[in-house]
Amino acid sequence: MADEKQFSRRDFLKVSGSATGGMIAGSVLGGVVTNSFLDGKNNREQSNEEDVKNDNTSADSKDYTEARMFFTRFEDFQVLEQATEMIYPEDDNGPGAIELGVPYFIDKQLAGQWGDNSNDYRQGPFTNKSVDESSLTRGQMFLLGIRRINEYSNEKYNEEFIDTEDDNKVKILQDFEKDNVEMSVIKSSIFFELLRKATFEGAYADPLYGGNRNMEGWKMKEYPGPVMSYEDMIEESEFILKEPISLTDYQQK
Amino acid sequence: MAKELDKVDVVIVGSGWAGGITAAELSKEDYNIVMLERGKSQKRTDFVGSKDELKYSRRKKMFQDLSKESLTIRNTLDETATPHRSNEMNSINGTDTGGSGMHWNGMVYRWLPTDFEIRSKLEEKYGNEIFPEYSSAQDWGITYDELDEYYNKFEETTGISGEPDPLRPERTMDYPTPPLKDTEITRLFKSTTKEMGYHPYQIPSANLSETYKNLDGEQINQCMYCAFCEQYGCDFGAKADPLVTVLATAQKSDNFTLKNDSYVTRVLHKNGKATGVKYVDMLSGEEYEQPADLVVVAGYTFTNTRLMLLSDIGEKYDPETGEGVIGKNITAHTVNLTHTRVRGFFDDKKFNRYAGAGALGATMDDFNLEQLDFNEVDFLHGFLIRATQLGDRPISNNFVPDDLELSDWGPEFKDKSLFYTNRRIDMQQQNGVLPQKENYMDLDPNYTDVFGDPLLRVTYKFSDIDRNIVKYAHQQSKEILEKMGADYINVPEIDDSVEFGKNSLSDHTGGGVIMGDDPATSAVNTYSQMWDMENLFVVGASSFPLHSSSNPTGTVGALAYRAAEGMKEYMKNNKVLEKAD
Repeated sequence: MADEKQFSRRDFLKVSGSATGGMIAGSVLGGVVTNSFLDGKNNREQSNEEDVKNDNTSADSKDYTEARMFFTRFEDFQVLEQATEMIYPEDDNGPGAIELGVPYFIDKQLAGQWGDNSNDYRQGPFTNKSVDESSLTRGQMFLLGIRRINEYSNEKYNEEFIDTEDDNKVKILQDFEKDNVEMSVIKSSIFFELLRKATFEGAYADPLYGGNRNMEGWKMKEYPGPVMSYEDMIEESEFILKEPISLTDYQQK
Repeated sequence: MAKELDKVDVVIVGSGWAGGITAAELSKEDYNIVMLERGKSQKRTDFVGSKDELKYSRRKKMFQDLSKESLTIRNTLDETATPHRSNEMNSINGTDTGGSGMHWNGMVYRWLPTDFEIRSKLEEKYGNEIFPEYSSAQDWGITYDELDEYYNKFEETTGISGEPDPLRPERTMDYPTPPLKDTEITRLFKSTTKEMGYHPYQIPSANLSETYKNLDGEQINQCMYCAFCEQYGCDFGAKADPLVTVLATAQKSDNFTLKNDSYVTRVLHKNGKATGVKYVDMLSGEEYEQPADLVVVAGYTFTNTRLMLLSDIGEKYDPETGEGVIGKNITAHTVNLTHTRVRGFFDDKKFNRYAGAGALGATMDDFNLEQLDFNEVDFLHGFLIRATQLGDRPISNNFVPDDLELSDWGPEFKDKSLFYTNRRIDMQQQNGVLPQKENYMDLDPNYTDVFGDPLLRVTYKFSDIDRNIVKYAHQQSKEILEKMGADYINVPEIDDSVEFGKNSLSDHTGGGVIMGDDPATSAVNTYSQMWDMENLFVVGASSFPLHSSSNPTGTVGALAYRAAEGMKEYMKNNKVLEKAD
């Protein structure tokens, strides 16, 4: 409960800050903000849908940053969702990859410099012996790999990857990991390693990139985020658990 | 056609520690100086609020843009080298104002007296057969005692926080600031190793224990132990880097100009003397010539070596005959061998691993080059062992005990990697690396940079000595962790399949334009002045004939101060500073 209060207050400060900063003419906005601040609750009227699952992430408003930038086919994105969830599943510790926003994190990463390898050395010939040495960009590698996962699921289980049971999904990914799956250009283990790393990045990167939603990844990891100073506690013998903060809280506004 | 600019007194290539120290010292004499930095402009406010693991530790945003230039790698002379393509796998080269000096951890050790006279001292003690035939270990032409004043100078400029190593020669100057604070990890390391009869001490640090003003009037702030040093610029100006120290000093002179986005492609020369440099303005694409009386090449090992080769200066090293000098004696602390760690896991102890500083840790020198007896072991040189607390970040720290035999994904891995996140102490060993005749650098015949010039090619193979020393060090680390009471210990397997590759090089690489007392076997004298071109100084780790067991930046700094002294002398008298022996 304490958390809820904290978040809505922070969001209030954010909204009011941008309202004054940007000089938004704001009797309407001002009214909404005031109401939500006064009763300390989410303003449901502002939300077009009741997304209960994401309730505490969306706090005062719906998250408008979750649409696909890179993946054009929804069916590819669904495979990505299920594959990342197998790598980082929901459990007693807390949420899995999907609830953490990992698939959207990966989609956003692939849409930028990382996805098209624009800071890498790209003159051929290529060895294709690792992710970094491949003639494929990371974006191309993801599309090939994700589609091959679904194709392989149909070959092996006569089912779409998203429809097959979780044990089968895990076996499929293990086959990728162990190079039991034929892929064009690269070995399947190379794609799997890229997928695995990107999944953990999405679980634990600052939430500004679209994953680690509501810092739930950091909470499981007992990681406090970008804290200004540990000067006062660095000598302590006992472990100190801190509520995390994000760069959104930390950076100058 | 390149546009020719007005002549200046001094042109310096690179704005890292070597270039920065040179610029600061020469600016005090009011010379007209132009410094050319290939990377973008950087200042302190770039680092405020930059605690972003994805951007800096994973995407490596402070490292060289490889789409412009990279290097190629192979193991042996008969292989075709292939390019290092991405900083994701392995980040090697810094860039932007301040260079690698901006995103270092800040461990400032000195190298050992024996390092500088390695061949003569070891042969004297163990006989002429001590070095294997393939070793190209050679003396530096300078002694530790001669370098001491320059080490002092660098430590004074950077305000190093430290305490004396009980096994080293007595210091001629106290550290400017007291050592960093202890943590549960450093306390445990110190009490355990003391009990075992070793001599632990706090790592000398450029993250300062208290606010400090150096003799040039530059202020370095007190460290906040915020855990973002390695691969990051400091949020608080609390890490001694070129921007808060030597570049700030140089910028006090009206005659100093730093030009960013200026990619130097050649050192120009005529009749045995350097006349200036050619560079490309990376924003406009225009090519320029900057004439100068004195040319200082102060890039990283690879840049310095490649510029000599591209500019056709000095005799190229030939690994078949051992003749020639440029490209010779590349040595490195490698990521996949030297820096492999022994990790201890504790079921009932939790440490505040998320907090820390880049050079925060305790270390010991009981196995260094001067402590070991080489009749007793199957390697040469030595190593340090340390337990650090740099501040763990969550994407990069998901280790689990090997004994659990887990896959690195899925439910069990998630659960155990969360459990052990703060229940871990790593022992890091770092060993000295000796040069080999067939490990060298030259120009690649196949791959080119954005300007069409050949990339630098690194040929490097691990020797048995390289592997044996690491295996031995891992066993010592394991014993310490056992004594500490670790429930599980991961010891990396080092067999013949561990080989130099794309995951090896880091910012601890030296050689290529090495120093010595003989022009037949070295490229520069001990002032970093080229034997073959008296008004060209090549400064930095490129001058190392070997890599010692401790970190290299202190020695880069000391050699740069000595080089700057030599340059001042040269500008007055226009003479070769040292005669060949």
